[in-house]
Amino acid sequence: MAENKTRLLQGNEAIVEGAIAAGCRFFAGYPITPATEIAEGMSVKLPIVDGTFVQMEDEIGSMGAIIGASLAGVKSMTATSGPGFSLMQENLGFACISEVPCVIANIMRGGPSTGLPTNTAQGDVMQMRWGTHGDHPIIVLCPYSVEECFSVTLKAFNLSERYRVPVIITTDEVVAHMREKITLPPASSLEIIDRVRPNVPPDWFIPFEDNSLGVPPMSVFGDGYRYHVTGLVHDVRGFPTSKPDEVDGLIRRLHRKIDKGQGYIQEGEHFLTDDAEVVILAYGSIGRTAKQAAILARENGQKVGVFRPITLWPFMRKAVVDILKNVRAVIVPEMNMGQYSREVKRVDQGYARIITLNKVNGQVITPEEILKKLKEVY
Amino acid sequence: MRYEVRLSGSGGQGLILIGIILAEAAGIYDGKNVVQTQSYGPEARGGASKSEVIISDGTIYYPKATQLDLLLSMTQKSCDEYYLDLKKDGMLIVDSTLVHQVPTNQAFGIPFTHLAKEELGKPFVANIIAIGAIARISGIVKEASLTEAVLKRVPPWSADLNKKALQIGMAEGKKAAAKISG
Amino acid sequence: MPEYTRLIHQYLRHDKKFPHVWCPGCGNGILLGSLIRAIHKTGLSKDDIVLVSGIGCSGRLPVYVDFNTVHTTHGRALTFATGIKLANPALHVIVIMGDGDSMAIGGNHFIHAARRNIDVTAIILNNSIYGMTGGQYSPTTPYGMKASTAVYTSIEQSFKISELAVTAGAVFVGRGTVYHAKFLDGLIEKAIEKKGFSVVEAITHCHTQYGRQNRLGSAVDMMKWQRDSAVPLEKAAKMSEKELEGKIVTGILVDKDLPIYDKEYKKLRERAKGKA
Repeated sequence: MAENKTRLLQGNEAIVEGAIAAGCRFFAGYPITPATEIAEGMSVKLPIVDGTFVQMEDEIGSMGAIIGASLAGVKSMTATSGPGFSLMQENLGFACISEVPCVIANIMRGGPSTGLPTNTAQGDVMQMRWGTHGDHPIIVLCPYSVEECFSVTLKAFNLSERYRVPVIITTDEVVAHMREKITLPPASSLEIIDRVRPNVPPDWFIPFEDNSLGVPPMSVFGDGYRYHVTGLVHDVRGFPTSKPDEVDGLIRRLHRKIDKGQGYIQEGEHFLTDDAEVVILAYGSIGRTAKQAAILARENGQKVGVFRPITLWPFMRKAVVDILKNVRAVIVPEMNMGQYSREVKRVDQGYARIITLNKVNGQVITPEEILKKLKEVY
Repeated sequence: MRYEVRLSGSGGQGLILIGIILAEAAGIYDGKNVVQTQSYGPEARGGASKSEVIISDGTIYYPKATQLDLLLSMTQKSCDEYYLDLKKDGMLIVDSTLVHQVPTNQAFGIPFTHLAKEELGKPFVANIIAIGAIARISGIVKEASLTEAVLKRVPPWSADLNKKALQIGMAEGKKAAAKISG
Repeated sequence: MPEYTRLIHQYLRHDKKFPHVWCPGCGNGILLGSLIRAIHKTGLSKDDIVLVSGIGCSGRLPVYVDFNTVHTTHGRALTFATGIKLANPALHVIVIMGDGDSMAIGGNHFIHAARRNIDVTAIILNNSIYGMTGGQYSPTTPYGMKASTAVYTSIEQSFKISELAVTAGAVFVGRGTVYHAKFLDGLIEKAIEKKGFSVVEAITHCHTQYGRQNRLGSAVDMMKWQRDSAVPLEKAAKMSEKELEGKIVTGILVDKDLPIYDKEYKKLRERAKGKA
């Protein structure tokens, strides 16, 4: 099998491979730098595996189309960057409230607006959390290598199917276009999760009824379970409601299913943290810089480690607090003006000093820049 | 050992392609760890373009090149801009067709574009000549691996042309190296 | 049991508590009746039909009927429909939109769904106003008419929906009125059975907003206007532009065949597999 060969792939290409391996069979998208390679790859691969690719008129339409495909029972995704991701917010919210599994890859470039199309940034961290209006939980995963682009994409589909939620994969331009070696695992070794379908007779089916996981089974159009899907707040049968107890029940269930799943959803990497006095908390391409910096710092006798959240949202509060309790300082380097560091500060409660390192010139943070910050501690 | 290569010039010279080829040769065929990155402007042709390859026996974390072991400059502008990023004992290789003012007498000057035009009648293979010369001068990648990697990435109809380009590059690389050490 | 009672029992949702959201006298109910009769005549299974809508008074239509139904976001119904149809071409996808929904916020999706020839049926309820939000002017509000955001009268030209659909590449386009309900039944039935992007424009009335603000009288008065203004296509062909001013040209504007996206994609898959 060709897939077991070691290949040199781009981050974006590995996302395509991960999606196909996860069972994604529908892609709708619109060209945008630096995400276009994902659409190109999908347009080549999907027809071969009996999937469908469609290039839509804009990112609003792309998001609508992937929700439609998912309602018809096909795992679906789109990929974009900041300007397009802004357009997707409307229907992203629809996927949240109507609980339609789908995956969105947001490859970050400099913003706001058209910004820096060919340069890197991490300025969408809060937009991914709160971009669509209304109270909603969201899952955002952030790989830092080509290999992780594959595995995280697979995980994104699995989480979206398990919890019936849109899941966002985010990388920055560096990880998206970086090429590394990757050996794709054989398909048989992969864990693939599919949405739970109802097994009761159609007459008994209550499409949005709560259960222990908080995730109702999802029927597929054409299955015989005719039901109503709406972006309005709805009752357990899917019909619009504004009764306070029914509204409250829905919104709280949407949150609860993700809150309860945190142990399953959240994933982070600890690197040299066991004896660390200072931890660098970094994600995406900056996770790579941070590791290099930690190694260099240890050569200078400084006990430095790295914590790298792969799950950006929901915020890994417990893991971060555990670190804060055991170190003198946490450095948060990021390619924005401090979006994620504010979350770290929010849970800090005086345990450790939080040092921010912000770079917004379209260039990746260097190990030397982190080492320089370390001087504030040592 | 971490070995950092930057291939620089302007859009359309095929620098990203030879970056990928070098990474594939060193990574897939020689079995080392590699990371290849690039930076580019909105222009498909013209404008600054660079491609970087890190080659290492160990794990590569930071993906960008900052202390260059080898710099290829295919334009005067890129030579001027990146020369200072070279390590003290780093190698500078320039396309002497386009780079007339080299900042050091230790630079390897080879007229890649001229050779491509005159010897092969195809100016667009200047990049392949350059990567051939890089392999010969630096020894960072096995020449057989490089040949394999080139042939995998170029269209089949151009296989012979590219093989010839590689050979020219390697021969010229040898000459240039002899000149410097001599 | 009369035929309409039988159809109500067969197609309306039992578990949905009526009354519906529409004003007494609204044309949307007539269109819903036409749609049910047309679907019934096609003999399609309820399981195979997906009814998709956008936002506005028309957007509420799917909730009352017993199909697979999706009430999407404003203007985006056709994008959801595109995903549904391409993911499962065996489904019959019918999209219900309003004039603001399909022509303003969803105008881009409309022309591109037509151009791609996605095999769905788009039914547009054209009442020349944003009804649900309180009577603001829409892309089909005629020049010189009033709305709550055009109290000094509208100074914009209005879209001709059916003609736009023809130009955008729809393979079937028909226009009728809710007054001519039987004719509408036939148009919708033909549109559903047509392969490719089919459009039915149903001229309807919003007496609550458009009628009230422009002093056009009751629902009945406005339906009389539909009766008196409708000109069949064949007759309209012999009339001058001046004579046609303020008239509703009804009939089938186009009925042709073009390559259909999902069928073409099936062929594309074979080509891709041949190459792989």
